[in-house]
Amino acid sequence: MQFDQILQYTLSGLSTGAIYALIGIGFSIIYNATGIINFAQGEFVMLGGLFTLSCLEFLKLPLWAAIPCAIAASTLVGMLFERLAIRPLRQPTPINLVIITIGGSILIRGLAMLVWGKDTHAVPSFSGDTPIAIGGATILPQHLWIFAITLIIIAVNKVYFYHTISGKAMRACSYNRRAAGLVGIDVRRMVMFSFIISSAMGAVAGIIIAPLTMTAYDVGVMLGLKGFCAAIIGGMSSGLSTVIGGLLLGVLESLGAGLISSGYKDAIAFIILLLILFFRPQGLFGKADSERV
Amino acid sequence: MLELSGITQIFGGVTALDAVSFSIAKGDITGVIGPNGAGKTTLFNIISGIYKQTAGTVLLEGKNVSGFSPERLARHAMVRTFQNIELFGGMTVQENVMVGMHTKSSSGLLACALRMPWSSAEERRIREGAVKWLEFTGILDLAEHAAGSLPFGKGRLLEIARALAALPRLILMDEPAAGLNSQETVALAQLIKRIRDLGITVVLVEHDMELVMDICDRIVVLNLGRKLAEGTPREIQECPEVIAAYLGDDD
Amino acid sequence: MAKPIRSGSDLMKRNLLLFAGFSLLVMLAPQFFRGGYLMNVLVFVGINTMLAIALNLLLGYAGQISLGHAGFFGLGAYLSGIMTTTFSMNPWEAMPVAALVVGCLAYLIGFPVLKLKGHYLAMATLGLGIIFFIIFNETYEWTGGPSGLSGIPNLQLGSIVFDTDVKNYYLIWGVTLAVMLFSMNLAQSRVGRALRAVHDSEIAAQVLGVNARHLKVQIFALSAIICSLAGSLYAHTMTFISPTTFGFNFSIELLTMVVIGGLGSIYGSFLGAALLTLLPEFLRGANDYDIIVYGGLLVIMVMYMPGGLVRGIPALFRKIVKREAESGNA
Repeated sequence: MQFDQILQYTLSGLSTGAIYALIGIGFSIIYNATGIINFAQGEFVMLGGLFTLSCLEFLKLPLWAAIPCAIAASTLVGMLFERLAIRPLRQPTPINLVIITIGGSILIRGLAMLVWGKDTHAVPSFSGDTPIAIGGATILPQHLWIFAITLIIIAVNKVYFYHTISGKAMRACSYNRRAAGLVGIDVRRMVMFSFIISSAMGAVAGIIIAPLTMTAYDVGVMLGLKGFCAAIIGGMSSGLSTVIGGLLLGVLESLGAGLISSGYKDAIAFIILLLILFFRPQGLFGKADSERV
Repeated sequence: MLELSGITQIFGGVTALDAVSFSIAKGDITGVIGPNGAGKTTLFNIISGIYKQTAGTVLLEGKNVSGFSPERLARHAMVRTFQNIELFGGMTVQENVMVGMHTKSSSGLLACALRMPWSSAEERRIREGAVKWLEFTGILDLAEHAAGSLPFGKGRLLEIARALAALPRLILMDEPAAGLNSQETVALAQLIKRIRDLGITVVLVEHDMELVMDICDRIVVLNLGRKLAEGTPREIQECPEVIAAYLGDDD
Repeated sequence: MAKPIRSGSDLMKRNLLLFAGFSLLVMLAPQFFRGGYLMNVLVFVGINTMLAIALNLLLGYAGQISLGHAGFFGLGAYLSGIMTTTFSMNPWEAMPVAALVVGCLAYLIGFPVLKLKGHYLAMATLGLGIIFFIIFNETYEWTGGPSGLSGIPNLQLGSIVFDTDVKNYYLIWGVTLAVMLFSMNLAQSRVGRALRAVHDSEIAAQVLGVNARHLKVQIFALSAIICSLAGSLYAHTMTFISPTTFGFNFSIELLTMVVIGGLGSIYGSFLGAALLTLLPEFLRGANDYDIIVYGGLLVIMVMYMPGGLVRGIPALFRKIVKREAESGNA
């Protein structure tokens, strides 16, 4: 009985954790390419879910067509955001960047409220809602979709960063932006690329989680912050560490909510965030040489 | 005044400084020179408490100050200037110098905010002190200007005025002539001599050989993280190892 | 040759005169809006001015961002509220106790928090704010949870009970003016200069003997104390508080006030607070959509007027005058 419960919490924690991981990787990609923490990251998660909804309900598209459309639309917003808010900034000090990405996120959220209203919307799941029994616990087909899509994205990411020219160029930017510029890498294009990839990943995360949690104009705030926690646990890596960070956070949250108190569920993530920032700013798995403080 | 013994600094396997020892006499102007990559700036950062050395000790007026933070060293009457002048750009020239008097004043947060009589008196004293040092460096006419808008040469003078306001007994200058034109460099040489005449010990890292040979009482030469030679300007000019190091560098 | 420099006392006299004029305007304002609905809004302008100044001391002077200041505001309000209701304490005693508790707490968390810089500091303070918010919601046996805490007593001075908008106006603005004067004095002092120095170049400030770390923590604690005071006053004038007032959105609103008004300017904080408090009153028809205006304002200000209104408007004015003069010459 007790074991089944823990299994159940762990499984659902893993699926939320996968979402956090995707959002966290989005944070890391932009951070590594530009040194910016994009406070608007969560808004792309929201946009992914809501654009899917619109494609389904207004354009009457089938799900398989609605999803790419929603990703494309969210990515476009990400590009516009970089072009209109980040690139023209004359004094890109960290504080100005924090303020402008916060301003941008509020703006996107506000516009989403205008378009979709303040209601919570349900999005149909990809392949039915028949529970699947695993041991003493059950999961939904949507959970499997989440695991599968997360795995695929992480794999594609890996291939991109290690086996393509533009991926390698972006990694070069993350080590040393000036040097990358000197050897002929178009750093501004890489910045744009990083926003494209991150907003697309955020949108994917929003699309696959929406059938489980429903979606609304303001879901991006919390999801974005949790994604950031995942990235911090993973030491702002755009790879496996952040994935583990996300899964860890998801499971801890789920167990904490189930076994201790559901009211404090959100506090768990932020307490972990503070502890990591205070004691291991290089992340849970990082070497102690980073300059995050 | 200042005694370095066995200063060693290793950055991730690379030895930037290897057991450097020398001492600096009170009231001297000492130049630290050497080709690029000799470790001069690293040495300065260690003396001024910005880096913590891997091994070795720094004695300031006989007291072991190894590992002291920069702010603690300032209270022991040692200040420094930076190669790329670090001004407080958002403040006026006079306010910059007033910050220099931080260690020579003591009003706390509440006393300042409530404008207690003693803190107002102290404020007057700080303001007058700043005027004195602006006069000394010849930039009093710029007192009300924003420090961020000063031309480089004036900024250098302001940085020196600000350091002097802390009433140091030892001042470290990191390439004070860098970025100055020849006229400004001549004026700087005079200024540094006047600073010495106040009884302040001066240590400078400098590339401008003419300046170094002109004003320094003693010179220490570093090369590849080791001390190569030490002596009066004349001795250094005639030292074959130094000539070889500089010619070798000139590739 | 040398242009005579203004002596310190001249500067002080000019600043005092400006402040006296401002105070006079504030004190006369009720004559114009006698009893109107606007009085109530002006009470909020006062509270928000205090809060914006608190954040500005940290952000504009010391250069350290906080996205959790609503938390300290809420802590002050709840501590005052709980002490005066559950424990029947006198509000005048509860306010300083609350401020002291909040100040000590901020001082202690200040050490690890302010070791962080830039984006990381922003995230850590944001996390703190959210943790406070969750605590306000979840400790319902003390705070009443989401449904709030009511029956908080008004402040009372002799036989005067501060229970009308006009009386509250004088109470709040009396304290606000004191906070303004306090902060302006601080900014123009040894400590204020050291703060601005840390903002511009932390390393140069340290080399001159400024203990940057301790100074940042001190100002963080002071900032939290001002927030707590504003929170207590809010609780005693409203007599009812609930968690939604003290959430993440309000921290962002405070940030917007400070940025719009002008970083590092006390009058700027007043301007930002006044604008953002009055704006929703004029945007009544657009009830929930003021959030878009905030977002837009933040983006536009950072991009086109990074000095805030207090510097941007005079600069704009000078530009226009110059252009007129040039076209006149041509």
